[in-house]
Amino acid sequence: MKDYGIFDILGPVMIGPSSSHTAGATRLGKMAREIADNTFYKVTFYLHGSFAKTYKGHGTDRALVAGILGMEPSDERIRDSLNIAKEKGIQIEFIEKDLGYEHPNTVKIVFSYYDKEDYYIVGSSIGGGNILITDVNGNKVEFSGNYPTILIRYIDQKGSISRISSILAKEDINIATMKVSREGKIATMIMEIDNPIKDNIINNIANLDEIIYITGINPIGR
Amino acid sequence: MFNKGSELLNLCKTRNKKIWEIVVEKEIDNAQISYEELMNNMNSVLDTMINSANAALDKGVISISGLSGGDAKKMEDYKNKGNTISGQLINSAMAKALSTSEVNASMGKIVAAPTAGASGILPSAIISVKEKFNLSHEDMIHGLFTAAGIGEIIAKNATISGAEGGCQAECGTASSMAAAAIVEMLGGSVEASFNGASFALLNIMGLICDPIAGLVEFPCALRNASGVVNAMISADLALAGIDSIVPFDEVVDAMYKVGKSMPESLRETALGGIAATPTGEKLKRRIL
Ligand code: SF4
Repeated sequence: MKDYGIFDILGPVMIGPSSSHTAGATRLGKMAREIADNTFYKVTFYLHGSFAKTYKGHGTDRALVAGILGMEPSDERIRDSLNIAKEKGIQIEFIEKDLGYEHPNTVKIVFSYYDKEDYYIVGSSIGGGNILITDVNGNKVEFSGNYPTILIRYIDQKGSISRISSILAKEDINIATMKVSREGKIATMIMEIDNPIKDNIINNIANLDEIIYITGINPIGR
Repeated sequence: MFNKGSELLNLCKTRNKKIWEIVVEKEIDNAQISYEELMNNMNSVLDTMINSANAALDKGVISISGLSGGDAKKMEDYKNKGNTISGQLINSAMAKALSTSEVNASMGKIVAAPTAGASGILPSAIISVKEKFNLSHEDMIHGLFTAAGIGEIIAKNATISGAEGGCQAECGTASSMAAAAIVEMLGGSVEASFNGASFALLNIMGLICDPIAGLVEFPCALRNASGVVNAMISADLALAGIDSIVPFDEVVDAMYKVGKSMPESLRETALGGIAATPTGEKLKRRIL
């Protein structure tokens, strides 16, 4: 028997109409913004499955855009996000596309920049406002964003993992989960940790020679 | 502390407490928060509820999909003309329930109670009863705790999701929670609260979930309006001293079994019921 707190019954306080289309989509957008560099001038959303079929009626489009603008899922400006993006001069495009991913509420969010290559994130809204990020610019990953998460790409060398984890240990940070995948010489590591991420930790790890890319993502509220 | 209605009832009896008092105690214990924090949280829940129950009364609020809206205002205007069949209280309560539903469908802020689809019922019930009987803000807060206790038991022993158990699980649970809350707010006994909760559930047992185009709008908003009325008449039945021959826990079990035996087409898939009517299908093609 699952245990419920009273605010699971009287809650969440949320923006309608549905937690998977509003809160989940806002969190997906916001998570993508946290991971990507946010000097983008254009964002293209490829909508898959029921996201593609129902996004207008459910307001999923507005929720996603609110997220990439940095709004929280409880922000009452979500319904005006398309106009807010326009005012900020950010171009937005929605494309319905079969992404071949199995979860019905999946989106691929592509950020475009004037001075560098596009960057994308793929994720799904899996119900009750929960999300799962499955691809970060070609790196197959799997994390929920419910915990502080560190994403690192590095050139795999002997001792890399221990160098990274000893930096965290020195800061008294406990690693809750760690997943490493590798393609050729490039490894991708996803770590969920127990404490909020601070800049100095990210900087210290970034100073290691083998690091290509690192980003820290603190959890996004419901 | 309690999983079943009978356990909550016993706790209230042996310790001579109201439902809301036991629920508060349990939450402080489980969530490890202070009394003040708990009250603050519940106050912000109530604030959101009061806003959503009133926001669509004086200006028409249209849904994001464009399928529905403006009905809360129609209802409120009709009530204000003073010539209704079922009276001021019922008409006003329906208007408030519609208001929260419309706020939800227009991407406004609501409290899922227990879900977004059924979010109009409980706020309208406690606000309407407070207004009619001149109760205090505190009485409403207490009512919310009572409601949460009932909702928790239903969630644990059955389901509160339309996809799993049909609309009886969403709007039925909300009505059941609201009925128990009203009874306790008006000084009824703990048994009477459970009777009210049982009546509300069994009055709509078997109600399917069939939203047009899968959007939480039609018939959802109407079911929030009828749901708050169901809560109020269930509370009256209970306060009149009528007993539920079948106890609350068994009613909850029955609701769960009925939900599980519903075909999938009648559980939020928008493939049956009102959603599958020719008009429902036509609207779906137009919106999606
Ligand atoms: S019909 Fe379905 S979606 Fe609508 S309120 Fe009832 S349970 Fe929720």
